[in-house]
Amino acid sequence: MSEENQVEEEPKPLVLEKLEANHADALLAQDESRGTVVVVIHKAQAYAVLEYLKTDPELAYTFLVDVTAVDNSQMESELMQFDYARFMVVYQLYSYQGQGRLRVKVPVHENDLSIPSVTGLWQGANWLERETYDMFGINFDGHPDLRRILMPDDFDGHPLRKDYPLRGRGERERFNFDKQNV
Amino acid sequence: MQGGLERATGEKMVLNFGPQHPATHGTLRIVLELDGESVLKATPHAGYLHTGFEKLGEHLDYNQYIVVTDRMNYLSPLSNNFGYVLAVEQLLDIEVTKRCQYIRILMAELSRLADHLLWLGTAALDLGAFSVFLYSFREREKLYSIFEKTTGARLTTSYTRVGGVLRDLYDGCEADIRQFISNFPKALKETHTLLTRNRIWMDRTKGVGAISADDAISYGLTGPCLRATGIAHDIRKAEPYSSYDEVTFDVPVGTNGDAYDRYLVRMEEMIQSCGIVTQVLDNIPDGPVNLEDNKITMPDKSDAYGHIEGLIHHFKVVMDGHGVQPPKGDHYCATESPNGELGFYIVSDGSGTAYRIRIRPPSFFHFQALPLMLEGGMVSDTVAVLGSLNVIAGELDR
Repeated sequence: MSEENQVEEEPKPLVLEKLEANHADALLAQDESRGTVVVVIHKAQAYAVLEYLKTDPELAYTFLVDVTAVDNSQMESELMQFDYARFMVVYQLYSYQGQGRLRVKVPVHENDLSIPSVTGLWQGANWLERETYDMFGINFDGHPDLRRILMPDDFDGHPLRKDYPLRGRGERERFNFDKQNV
Repeated sequence: MQGGLERATGEKMVLNFGPQHPATHGTLRIVLELDGESVLKATPHAGYLHTGFEKLGEHLDYNQYIVVTDRMNYLSPLSNNFGYVLAVEQLLDIEVTKRCQYIRILMAELSRLADHLLWLGTAALDLGAFSVFLYSFREREKLYSIFEKTTGARLTTSYTRVGGVLRDLYDGCEADIRQFISNFPKALKETHTLLTRNRIWMDRTKGVGAISADDAISYGLTGPCLRATGIAHDIRKAEPYSSYDEVTFDVPVGTNGDAYDRYLVRMEEMIQSCGIVTQVLDNIPDGPVNLEDNKITMPDKSDAYGHIEGLIHHFKVVMDGHGVQPPKGDHYCATESPNGELGFYIVSDGSGTAYRIRIRPPSFFHFQALPLMLEGGMVSDTVAVLGSLNVIAGELDR
């Protein structure tokens, strides 16, 4: 019991302190897992928070490591935790000034699949957001060139969604494999 | 050359570069808009080698997926194997044995050498330096023999396992590696004498494809391409994983962020890797290579064939829903692959198959930043810049 108390007394990461002071209303959840601070934020304030994280001189999360999404439709516990938002857009950030890694998650509901683009903050976000759009169908508002990147332009569907089958949908119908073999 | 530019008519010509072009080393495509010889606009296109690796990760169990990681950056599969199992192990909250950590570092550094050697050979070949290609492939072949003897395969190594590696180093491996390492700096010097002060090489690479440090960070460049701009960031130093905190090495940096600096940085990284390999060989501890946890690693073959418990453990590890099962949660783990930050973001739902695996490949970011380095340059520099970035289509498109 005493050990647990000691753990709780550890100083809070600077980023959590600063977010609580400046963007408390945007924070949905916070956690620290395996050395990485994880925050879940409201979609409405997502751009403002990410801009703050990048531009604040003490935090300086200037390196956008990754943008991706997770389709939580088969993960009941995650769905329940964030008001049945099907998708979770995940930003991995890194600060070259010693703050280390930070993971920012933003729940996105299926009936409103849009989220502000961060291409204005990081040039590298361009393709990452295109890939997330391609794979999950999430629209990034304000993206300069939101089109498919890995799949062909005329492709139908979003392959990394959980309801998309592993072996594809319809691609093989163009070939007469079945007729020839039967 | 500038005189020729001024005489250009102002008419634009669209040139399609790739997806099958000898200098793309894979299936990349760039659409170049040219005015005479100068590049007005470059539009890179990705996706020609898209294989659905991330989707596959949601259907294969944790050990089966190691095979897929071979095919991402197929020039340094051992680094991919390493980065992936490290992510799974961190998700499982386990740490492998000291000997295993050292073996993994050893193999990762050797594969860094192999990757940089192939890059050196092909980048020089693209600019017409044929001998460099032969010299670097001669050295690379020696490394591939070592890989083949250690892992059983030259390319699809699949050497690591969750909780260990496929098998210990073979007898005589240390002697083979030491012999290679003792000859290697001399062999690399041959390349230095061929290229580093070579007038043609310098003209073709100096100031070509330059990118500033701020742009490099904004575009998410990592690895040698980032260090060439002057930022001394190396994940092996900044967030030492495995046993990288027990070896000493320098992080070489450039100043101009151009193709020439990327060349110099990679050349020096090879020398530093040799130093790491020597330190690892000097200090490698004895002991088991695999974690002795029968819920995670396979038992010894003699145990599996000779004892009923061993047999049961063997089956339990490979049976669906009984093997490696990380607790619910997600984790992002980054390693310094030869090309830069290779990250695996794994979401686990507590079952034996990942709920989502996301790969953060370094090449994706390098290829994206290509227009910035090409526009305003000459069309012939396209090959030099693309070569200096070492974009690997396998990890670009996944």
